[in-house]
Amino acid sequence: MAYDYDKYIRPGKLPHIWCPGCGHGIVLKGLIRAMDSLNLKKEETAIVSGIGCASRLPGYMDCCTLHTAHGRAAAFATGVKLARPEMNVILVGGDGDGTAIGGNHFIHACRRNIDMTYVIMNNYIYGMTGGQFSPTTPHLMKASTTPYGNPDPSFDIAKLAIGAGATFVARGTAFHANQIDKLIAEGIQHKGMSVIEILDDCPTTYGRRNKYKSVIEMMNRLKEVAVPVKAAEKMTAEQLQGKILTGVLYKADLPEYCAEYQKVIERSQGGAK
Amino acid sequence: MSEEKKLPRIEIIEKYCKGCHICVEFCPTKVLEMKGFVVSVKDLSKCIKCMQCELRCPDFAIKVYAE
Repeated sequence: MAYDYDKYIRPGKLPHIWCPGCGHGIVLKGLIRAMDSLNLKKEETAIVSGIGCASRLPGYMDCCTLHTAHGRAAAFATGVKLARPEMNVILVGGDGDGTAIGGNHFIHACRRNIDMTYVIMNNYIYGMTGGQFSPTTPHLMKASTTPYGNPDPSFDIAKLAIGAGATFVARGTAFHANQIDKLIAEGIQHKGMSVIEILDDCPTTYGRRNKYKSVIEMMNRLKEVAVPVKAAEKMTAEQLQGKILTGVLYKADLPEYCAEYQKVIERSQGGAK
Repeated sequence: MSEEKKLPRIEIIEKYCKGCHICVEFCPTKVLEMKGFVVSVKDLSKCIKCMQCELRCPDFAIKVYAE
């Protein structure tokens, strides 16, 4: 049977605004399948985003949604989670929103290990504002503000999240659509900060400038560079050159922030020591 | 009769389709084709119900009903 996505879609909002071939729609479907597989209730799920193409996602979801200031999704979501710890808080956003403008909030949300799930759609560029280079634009690739190639080395979002202290870090791609919902579902179930980076395509502002002839070529590139973590263990460093690891990259059990904060409240009232 | 393959029903919501070609390219048996800017079913009898088109469509435009 056809999958019933309409259950979690806000009525009358489709078709969405994303360009033809944009992978954000595939991630949206993955998120819906993940929520459906865990039977998350709409009224107990908050989806928070900042500004950008990817951050338009909550507008299509029939849940408790929050569309906030640029890069500040993590700050608002921390507030939601601390005020209502029983809610499932899911953050969505792009690479520019999450790691450039919201980089500060992102690393500190990771450091606190607060029980939230951050889905970062990394399309290597600022799509909505006209294709400026972002911190994840690969070295020497072109953007509207780097017409002769980007001189900067790029961020590895997964490594950044691990370094900052997130306790569940995974990576998927828009090509591996079946994997997206499993990674997100595992992230939602994990107690602590989960970061799921989804490598995406932006045919309009990134592909066009970097000689990708079509959406299909961009999707096939994702297929070629992605290597599952288990397969990578058997490969040599030479074979792994230019490849990107996918799957669950890091998982740890560390004290969660809401529980720790509850202890602070109890201590201040003369309770638990 | 009973040996005849039961065909699925492919529903295309034309209002949602943006013509990105993803479903046409990733269909392993080439069931779909582009008609102008919108996808349409070319040869339903080739469909193997793999659901790749429905899974990959970024625009919620294809639904495959297979028993």
